[in-house]
Amino acid sequence: MTRALPWLAGAALIGLPFVYNSPYPLHILVIILIWSFAYTSWSVMGRFGLTSLGHGGFMGVGAYVTALAWNKAGLTPWLGIPLALVAAGGLAAVVAYPCFRFKITGHYFALVTLALSGIVLQVITATRDHTGGSLGYTPERYQGGSSLYALQFTSKTTWYLIALGVWAVGLWIWYRVDRSMLRYALEAIAEDEDAAAATGVHVTAEKLKITVLSAVMTALAGALYCQYQLFISPDTVSGISVSLQMVFAAVVGGIYVAYGPTVGAVITIVLAEVLRISFGTRAVGWDNLVYGILLVIFIVFLPKGILGSLLDLRRVRRPEVVPGT
Amino acid sequence: MGIFDIYLLEALINGVLLGGVLALLSLGLNLVFGVIDVVWICYAELIMLGMYAMYFLYSVYHLPLVAAAVVCILGVAVLGVLLHVLVIAPLLGAAPINQLLATGGVLFFLQSAATVMFGVEFKNLGMRLPVLKLSGMFISYSRLLAFAFALVGMVLVYLFLTRTYTGTAIRAISQDRQIMVLMGVDSRRIYLITSALGGGLAGLAACLLVLQYDIHPFVGLSFGPITFLICVLGSLGNFAGGFVAAFVFAEIIALGGLYSDLEWGYVLAFAFFIVMMFIRPQGLMARRS
Repeated sequence: MTRALPWLAGAALIGLPFVYNSPYPLHILVIILIWSFAYTSWSVMGRFGLTSLGHGGFMGVGAYVTALAWNKAGLTPWLGIPLALVAAGGLAAVVAYPCFRFKITGHYFALVTLALSGIVLQVITATRDHTGGSLGYTPERYQGGSSLYALQFTSKTTWYLIALGVWAVGLWIWYRVDRSMLRYALEAIAEDEDAAAATGVHVTAEKLKITVLSAVMTALAGALYCQYQLFISPDTVSGISVSLQMVFAAVVGGIYVAYGPTVGAVITIVLAEVLRISFGTRAVGWDNLVYGILLVIFIVFLPKGILGSLLDLRRVRRPEVVPGT
Repeated sequence: MGIFDIYLLEALINGVLLGGVLALLSLGLNLVFGVIDVVWICYAELIMLGMYAMYFLYSVYHLPLVAAAVVCILGVAVLGVLLHVLVIAPLLGAAPINQLLATGGVLFFLQSAATVMFGVEFKNLGMRLPVLKLSGMFISYSRLLAFAFALVGMVLVYLFLTRTYTGTAIRAISQDRQIMVLMGVDSRRIYLITSALGGGLAGLAACLLVLQYDIHPFVGLSFGPITFLICVLGSLGNFAGGFVAAFVFAEIIALGGLYSDLEWGYVLAFAFFIVMMFIRPQGLMARRS
């Protein structure tokens, strides 16, 4: 039964839009799935103590490169998105390699990546002749309707299935990392870099691998967001507040468990929507007010996040499940 | 060529003036980091609240400017203590990154609290300080004033740290957190004093910034990141380093802004920061170990 559960849940998720096809809830689901994927991307590296505040930058690169390639060069997103992923991966490697090589960790790593977010945001704003600056940017519509070539679809169901697929791939990558030697190497590095190096772990290479992976995934989330919304602005896909938002949602959900970032995305987005619907414009700010308090409370009392703590509770009740800890 | 030189000189002078304000901004953060070993990511939001306090005290309740400034500094100092007691103290033993994230939560909280309470409209004190015209250059009085007060504030903090008993204890504890407790220094009291001082400096910065900038709930984001980068560039906790880094950053922003848009000045400054981190990972003024 437990083994069949993920397949049943997956089938239910795929079948959902064919049974229930109301545009607004479907839109919220797509948004939740895209952000869940972004948060999962962050936690792929965040769980190893590599707290990056630069992921807003990678997401911005993913979104803007895709949109600019389409508008300026007429390049289909099928080529534009890989281009954006390469750009984000390259950017991550260029910044992260020296960081790891020169042992910039902890606070310092967080602040260097924070500078990276700042750079991407300021470059987008400064090149306003091409990117529209802070007013935002719109990928041109392709002959009005849906097109596989332009990766633009008017049907919410199509987008739901795409987002679901990408989200599932994100989880799959999370599990692959979880089961790999890379995970053990990175956990050793998180405990003690020098000791890990002494036991034969190539610290710089292992950290670089996970960082580039995480950046590429985040850029994909950005590109996806751009194609779905067909409008991007520096504040929604890049910059320091987006970086903090990623860290925040992942921490609230739980960064050590696969579905933690997803739970974080569900909580934050549903909370924001509920407040927006019930209070309208008076609700401006209240969602972040609640998030902020929650974040502090979580870090003080539940550093493993909601899902992580719940799973721990279950484990205590069934001690035989704990694998040799 | 002559006109060009004047612009260059003006940019250089404005850079120095900006540097004074940035140095003051980084001073409080540096103090807190050096002593308590915690980065207040929400530092700029404390300044934002201080700016609102100035606005309400001066423009709404019509207090004299100086009285408003004193209340503002004291108020933000209290906020600093509250931040320490409510958020930092329970996390003193936790991983550094958790402390960073918790103050990130406070950042969200303060920003949105300001949005909820004060709205998103831009506010300002509604007073315009004259602009000093000096042989063809334009230098704003508010910047000059900010620069002067920043210098005075920094000298006062320096005297406090080097000439008083408490100041000596603060410096001692920043050198060794374990041993000084064994020597009979009450670390909790020192932490509270430091938080109050850090908050007070944020309050002072707020009083000076409010003369030049409009107030809105997200104003912190416009100078918060740069303040962290300055502290890191000057080695977190190193006051002299922070001071030098502030002027380096300010000149880069001012000169970059002269040749192109202001944003490119920031891009240059951020890029300079990242490159410097690779060349001198422990900051500009790091002691070679």
